[in-house]
Amino acid sequence: MIELEGLTKRFGAKTAVDHLSFQVRPGVVTGFLGPNGAGKSTTMRMMLDLDNPTSGTVRIDGKHYRELPEPLKYIGALLDAKSMHGGRTAYNNLLCLAQSNRIPERRVAEVLDLVGLTAVAKKKSKGFSLGMGQRLGIASALLGDPEILMFDEPVNGLDPEGILWIRNLMKGLASEGRTIFVSSHLMSEMALTAQHLVVIGQGRLLADLSMADFIQQNSRSYVRLRSPQQERLKDVLHEAGISAVSVPATGALEIDGVESERLGELAAQHQIVLHELSPQRASLEEAFMRMTADSVEYHAHAPGAPGAVGSADNPARPADVPAWGAGFEAKRKGGE
Amino acid sequence: MTVSSFPGILNSEWTKIRTVASTTWTLASALVVTVGSSAALCAVVSATLDDMTPQERLTFDPTMASFVGMTFGQLAMIVFGVLVVGTEYSSGMIRTSLAAVPRRVSFFFGKLTVATALALVVGLATSFLSFFLGQVILGDASVGIGGDNVLRAVIGGGLYMAMIALFSMGVAAILRGSVLAICMLIPFFLVISNILGGVPATRKWAQYLPDQAGAKIMQVVPGGMDGSTTTYGPWGGFGIMVLWTAAVVLGGYLVLKKRDA
Amino acid sequence: MIEAVGLTKRFGAKTAVDQLSFQVKPGHVTGFLGPNGSGKSTTMRMIVGLDRPTSGHVTINGRPFRDLPNAQRHVGALLDAKAVHGGRRARTHLLAVAQLSGIPEKRVDEVLAVVGLQDTARQRTKGFSLGMGQRLGIATALLGDPQVLLFDEPVNGLDPEGILWVRNLMRQLAAEGRTVFVSSHLMSEMALTADHLIVIGRGRLLAEMGTQEFITHNSAGFARVRAADTHPDGRDTMAAALTGAGARVLKEPDGALRVTGLELPHIADLAHGAGVRLWELSPHRASLEEAYMRLTQSSVEYASTEDPRAELWEPEPPSVPAWEDEEEAPQAPAAAFYAPPPPAAGGQPFLMPGSPGELAAAAKNHPEESR
Repeated sequence: MIELEGLTKRFGAKTAVDHLSFQVRPGVVTGFLGPNGAGKSTTMRMMLDLDNPTSGTVRIDGKHYRELPEPLKYIGALLDAKSMHGGRTAYNNLLCLAQSNRIPERRVAEVLDLVGLTAVAKKKSKGFSLGMGQRLGIASALLGDPEILMFDEPVNGLDPEGILWIRNLMKGLASEGRTIFVSSHLMSEMALTAQHLVVIGQGRLLADLSMADFIQQNSRSYVRLRSPQQERLKDVLHEAGISAVSVPATGALEIDGVESERLGELAAQHQIVLHELSPQRASLEEAFMRMTADSVEYHAHAPGAPGAVGSADNPARPADVPAWGAGFEAKRKGGE
Repeated sequence: MTVSSFPGILNSEWTKIRTVASTTWTLASALVVTVGSSAALCAVVSATLDDMTPQERLTFDPTMASFVGMTFGQLAMIVFGVLVVGTEYSSGMIRTSLAAVPRRVSFFFGKLTVATALALVVGLATSFLSFFLGQVILGDASVGIGGDNVLRAVIGGGLYMAMIALFSMGVAAILRGSVLAICMLIPFFLVISNILGGVPATRKWAQYLPDQAGAKIMQVVPGGMDGSTTTYGPWGGFGIMVLWTAAVVLGGYLVLKKRDA
Repeated sequence: MIEAVGLTKRFGAKTAVDQLSFQVKPGHVTGFLGPNGSGKSTTMRMIVGLDRPTSGHVTINGRPFRDLPNAQRHVGALLDAKAVHGGRRARTHLLAVAQLSGIPEKRVDEVLAVVGLQDTARQRTKGFSLGMGQRLGIATALLGDPQVLLFDEPVNGLDPEGILWVRNLMRQLAAEGRTVFVSSHLMSEMALTADHLIVIGRGRLLAEMGTQEFITHNSAGFARVRAADTHPDGRDTMAAALTGAGARVLKEPDGALRVTGLELPHIADLAHGAGVRLWELSPHRASLEEAYMRLTQSSVEYASTEDPRAELWEPEPPSVPAWEDEEEAPQAPAAAFYAPPPPAAGGQPFLMPGSPGELAAAAKNHPEESR
């Protein structure tokens, strides 16, 4: 369990992190999202006591980080793939970390094997690719077999096999009751990994809720219907006062704001055969875009307003994506 | 409040030091350069012994003569000291290290203890080797290890080397990196300090510079060799150097404690 | 159009690229996939003439890169975000490239605006973040308004907004009839971007086909069926009917059934016959990642193993969940969510695999396909 209370960090006049309070709970993978410059990295560094907060506190299982006797046994972190001495071998880089926390030496070989670096254990980490450096960083996080793990952009540089592996590793660790906190810019990846989300923008907390709630509140969801008796189905829906949109491209009907249970009952009642009855929710990416677009204006997002973003023929994609430069500019001008 | 186990940290820092190539080459060159250039100078002195004036003979300090190479050997010690601390920053290892050992005081002094101990061992080996080889070469003009104050001077040579390394570690910690620290320390100890110490106008206060003061511990004949006299004795001089080093190390610790990693 | 014929590159005894022949056609975003060390980067470097092939050749619009009269106007490439002189300013860098190929200075400001770097154009690139370097790289690639574009891991270091932007940019460039060739390790990202795929492993061509075709070919889709809760035995009746019809049925944590081997209309008929009302009947396509894993299993260089996690605290070490997951279906996609429909999917939902069990179970059923 990690608890943040009123955490604030100022660099001169610029406030990078602004009164951030949230908890990272055990047993789930918590995703940490935010646009570039939102203060994610600074927050993670303060969690590890690398940066001193201007005000506020971070507690790890109720203790300040500096009070942890052998912190690697409580919390393991991957912050930056390039935070090892390049002139030292992979094995020795891990060995000196293990020794500082009285972790048995054979654990070093174990974690190297775990991340698939045994073959290059005796090579200097200078020559490592980004992906190999990342694996070494992951190994260092796992070294003390900690109850809390933090990963900053863990899939950076990994190949598909590595990405799948780290995702399953994080989920597996969470299911053992550990606390997993992971930041990433890859929404599609995060969507597969995290069950809970903490979203920040301009250093402030925008959302702290479950993945399902986040997507539901920030994007359109609808049900797709397909039937060999399409015309009768339309009539039945019309009678029930449900408005359906037909999508010529797929030959399906799309219905907003009605649960699939009710539609199933309705079809059964009228003896209509359905060939598809699938609830659709939009992507995390869409939900994230909507929420952080709001963050520029500093107001909390009200749930709802489904359908406002999706277009009929391609509902899961925002109808008009703002120019990349536009958002970047808005953030820069907002003091980022 | 519980803290990380200090022996574990020492163990870890020892692993860090012994597993990088720079340790070997800096310490090896400190030894080889000091012993080599001291022996060369002793050979020159030995050959020109008969040309000395009686005045020169009186102030000739055979112990000091066998340590002359330390002027160059100490540069390797400086590089060693700077790299021990500086590479933590330049490699990004500092973040990993501090996440593992969050108590700055344990981390910093653990590292300094191990590195200084190693520098002391190499420094003592260097000064004893230098001394014995030098005395063999000097032949008639040599002194024995049992002579007045000679053992103090030889051990002092080792202490001086260790203190120079520690001083460099402190500077690297203040500057949070290797490059700037080396660029400041090498010219200072190689050129600036010697010029200030050599020019009569500045000698009065240059004698309190860390290397000038510290080097007095290697002197057996007071005012010997360079003929300068100081307001402090050998241990007094070394004390001045210790004060300098303590100040720099404290500064380095405060920077580490206060600044974001 | 990029065309490789028998392309081979050896570094000493190691063959990085081995008799590779493929075509990258205009009008599509073509994804270039392969495990680390499979020769992707080498191939890309040979396309733009940075490496010389040991044998075979690769042409762009019918000519080798080095013979193109004004290469910058024909081919734009983003190969390495850090291939910029750090001391130079962003605008100066672009200007230098532009002047080399006779591109008007006006275009420099245009591309800077396109990638959103206009305000940082006067900064030295040394201080650029990975994301900013990537934007500059993309600007450089776009400079000559080329017909052929190559991107190596374009979304590296970008934030979500940038990732979305790059994806839309590539799709738009392809829609304009350009040839877009992009390599990436991010399968979920590629599934959204590429409509054609070239997959290599150990330097050899493993697959060259449409994304949808590739997924269908290399993995099995399934249907999610949820019976009405009002009858307690509705689910069991349905499961029995499905199993009787020869389907493979797994239970999902939320009570739904995961059905493999039956078409949706068939399932609907079975439900009707069994008198079970359905609250959900949704088709799921397997993911590109799953399909890719099946195809490339044998050509991975650094394999991870399970964590033995001996010693430390636990008297009995907890283990990472085993790759076998028998009765229970992998973690509910419903509890998670659906990724948006892939480009050419005709609005079909697109399932992302829930957990390791799924892949392993699938792989075991069709060992012959995993080669």
